[in-house]
Amino acid sequence: MSPRGAVSSTLVIRGGRVIDPAASIDAEQDVLIEDGKIARLAARITPPPEATVIDASGKWVCPGFIDMHVHLREPGHEYKETVATGTRAAAAGGFTAVCCMANTQPVNDNRAVTDYIRAKAESEGVVRVYPIGAVSRGLAGRELAELAELAEAGCVAFSDDGKCVMNAELYRRAMEYTLPFGTPVISHAEDDTLARDGCMHEGVVSTELGLSGIPAAAEDVMVARDIVLAELTGAHVHIAHVSSAGAVRLVRDAKARGVRVTAEVTPHHLLLTDEAVRSWDGNMKMAPPLRTKRDVEALIEALVDGTIDCVATDHAPHALSEKEGEFDHAANGVVGLETAVCVLVDRLVKPGLLPLVTLVSRLSRDPARLLRLPGGSLGAGAPADVTLIDPDAAITIDPARFASRSRNTPFTGWTATGRPWKTIVGGKVVWQ
Amino acid sequence: MAARSPRLREKAEVLDTAALDRALTRIAHEILERNGGAKDLTFVGLRTRGVTLAQRLAAKIAAIDGASLPVGALDITLYRDDLDSMHGAPVVRATEIPFSIKDKTVVLVDDVLFTGRTIRAALDALIDLGRPKMIQLAILVDRGHRELPIRPDYIGKNLPTSRREAVAVRLTEHDGEDRVVIEEPEEG
Amino acid sequence: MGWTRKDLVTIRELEAAEILTLIDTAASLQEIAGREIKKVPALRGKTIVNLFYENSTRTRTSFEIAGKWLSADVINFSASGSSAAKGESFVDTARNIAAMSPDVVVVRHSASGAPALLAKALPCAIVNAGDGAHEHPTQALLDLLTIREKKGHFDGLSVAIVGDIAHSRVARSNIHGMRKLGMTVTVAGPPTLIPPYAQELGCKVSYRLEDAIRDVDVIMMLRLQQERMHAGLIPSLREYSRYWGLTLDRLAAHARPDVLIMHPGPVNRGVELSPEVADGPYSVILDQVAKGVAVRMAVLLLLAGGRSAEGPSQ
Repeated sequence: MSPRGAVSSTLVIRGGRVIDPAASIDAEQDVLIEDGKIARLAARITPPPEATVIDASGKWVCPGFIDMHVHLREPGHEYKETVATGTRAAAAGGFTAVCCMANTQPVNDNRAVTDYIRAKAESEGVVRVYPIGAVSRGLAGRELAELAELAEAGCVAFSDDGKCVMNAELYRRAMEYTLPFGTPVISHAEDDTLARDGCMHEGVVSTELGLSGIPAAAEDVMVARDIVLAELTGAHVHIAHVSSAGAVRLVRDAKARGVRVTAEVTPHHLLLTDEAVRSWDGNMKMAPPLRTKRDVEALIEALVDGTIDCVATDHAPHALSEKEGEFDHAANGVVGLETAVCVLVDRLVKPGLLPLVTLVSRLSRDPARLLRLPGGSLGAGAPADVTLIDPDAAITIDPARFASRSRNTPFTGWTATGRPWKTIVGGKVVWQ
Repeated sequence: MAARSPRLREKAEVLDTAALDRALTRIAHEILERNGGAKDLTFVGLRTRGVTLAQRLAAKIAAIDGASLPVGALDITLYRDDLDSMHGAPVVRATEIPFSIKDKTVVLVDDVLFTGRTIRAALDALIDLGRPKMIQLAILVDRGHRELPIRPDYIGKNLPTSRREAVAVRLTEHDGEDRVVIEEPEEG
Repeated sequence: MGWTRKDLVTIRELEAAEILTLIDTAASLQEIAGREIKKVPALRGKTIVNLFYENSTRTRTSFEIAGKWLSADVINFSASGSSAAKGESFVDTARNIAAMSPDVVVVRHSASGAPALLAKALPCAIVNAGDGAHEHPTQALLDLLTIREKKGHFDGLSVAIVGDIAHSRVARSNIHGMRKLGMTVTVAGPPTLIPPYAQELGCKVSYRLEDAIRDVDVIMMLRLQQERMHAGLIPSLREYSRYWGLTLDRLAAHARPDVLIMHPGPVNRGVELSPEVADGPYSVILDQVAKGVAVRMAVLLLLAGGRSAEGPSQ
């Protein structure tokens, strides 16, 4: 994607605290951007006469954040979100790139849909868009999609996310087939037979509320299976939206053995538990469900020590009518692009639970490396994707002001100090 | 915002123990005289102190006449016309009238007669519960300020009061003593 | 303690004193059933809407009688099948009804939490007549009233609730109410029908009927539904009733001679209760039904009758 109306311009970001984990930099630096790329960093850069200068004193200057798990809903469900509105939401949330999942209508299981998405991103997208292709035709879990063509069309990974590939044999073949492409397979790990019609975590709260529960075992069982398949095939398997302490333990052990498994976690799984469901608010319903305090603690610990490689929001827009009403009828999922940075900085970084450098790494360097995407650093020659954060600005989260078409957030009314300030893609400011 | 009820203090004693007893004795005699004896007489007291007074009247009539008259208890909460303006949800106590009042004379007994609304509610209840031949009203203290055309047949004491005063009937069975006092709001 | 809440949605959130207020009021209202003219004017001019999304003739009839004996205007609204199938969402239906200004909406729904949503969204009083597997407050209240009438007190009594606890709103409401009033509760059934962490609700757990019913003052049997078999939770009704059904000889062999047998109805005779037990001398099932009307009158009266400012009048 090239920034719209792009006339290469020179940009100097001055006096900000530059945090670039890829280069182990955390210092006050000036950044020079030319022709859509990072030219260099230095303690003091005199701006050339034609340059635009951004005074970033007091701000954090990070490599552009990448959200590798987003549902843009286009084609097919444009009433929830489109490439245009979704990427605007991404920019408003400080993200310079998103990876969009394949569970659109029609499913992104063939090149025509991939091309469509890329074309939309080119003409209407505000940030970079990397499509993820389906593993199976129609997400039905029975036959492989045309994976080679999808890879050639530009898919950066494969996933039936939204659904679990229940057939182990099919999943094995998908891993083997895609091995030469260098693309990971992303698992929505949730055994359908154990999850049944559950709508929240199976535990004390679900028993009290009389709601059907999904045991953590539904996730752990599939994470274990996927790790074994990764070992068998040598493929890179990435576990989407990890939510249970059991899954964390399995991933940690597998990594210690040298298995090519990686994992991501969402902001809501880091900050909320199943107690939130007592409000009967449909915005507390997602798959996998919010679990217990013990699970939250394990997830935070894993994010800090790198067992979990990155943060990804699983941004899942839904219309109001799909989220209000009876809890067990509500659609699964919450939006996350516009709240991730605020809530993570305010509730994990500031209280000292997660080092700032680690958070920046988990949002930039790590997803870029995992998916072999350009970006994720501010080194010379890197694309000029920059996320600027104002650590002192206060915000009260109000979904009525979202750029996203949808309002289904669990964080309504949360106050936070620390929020995105400017978002730069390819050297152009796309949001402020 | 609703005003809090003021605290009350005793202003004057209206009936002491002996006077209260003499009033009840006189009423018992008047009931027998008016009805030409105890035939078909029944008592229904309004909860809570009306019931106690009815039981005492029945005991006095038994002492005078030998007749053992039935005494029932009526709770009029379900018949009030002012449920919506009451403070808090209604408190309902059981109505227990374990005898037929059809074709009987019911002497309705209450401790204080004021606006008359309680008695109106009691009349509705009695008529729903059966069809008495006649209903008479016995009151220990009539403090005036009627808002409905209700008049007692038997009165212990007429007591003109101002609206801001309250009349407290204390009976041994409930309050440890037999006395009737006027109370007024404390100043300040 | 007087009643101050706008709604009755769960037993769990009530204090013991509030439960007693409801039960005491119900006890006082029982005599109305014995009158020739079964009517008191207490809720004259009030409108009660019965919003029943689940089929239930007996509970709905019970609420209807209760409302009418209090002289209220009672409207029945049955939405069979899911609201989605009807085309109108639950929230939309609720908003439409609210626009007609009822004083009370009595709601039964197959989704846990539905009455709580209404209570938040609507200004009128909401009564939960049963929501999913969550709570059925009026059933628990009538069960408690029945127990007190037969045993004279609550404190120290022991209760066994037997059957499909996992899917039972009756069990949950009763467990909360009984614990608050000082009773000990044991739940019993096959392990697949006992919900996870059941003991966190505050009860003991047993997997054997014989052990559960020994020495208890009350045995409450729950209805077993066919769907449980089809969901693979139990192998057959035959096996269930063989091991967890209450028969006369099991009763005689293990239970106390003064035990009460209760059931929220309708009874699957031959499955959870043999006909001899259901219709026998220990059973108070019909008493429960009679008290249902009194309890529902008490609930409607306390929610719809009387609010706000100090009233004068004597």
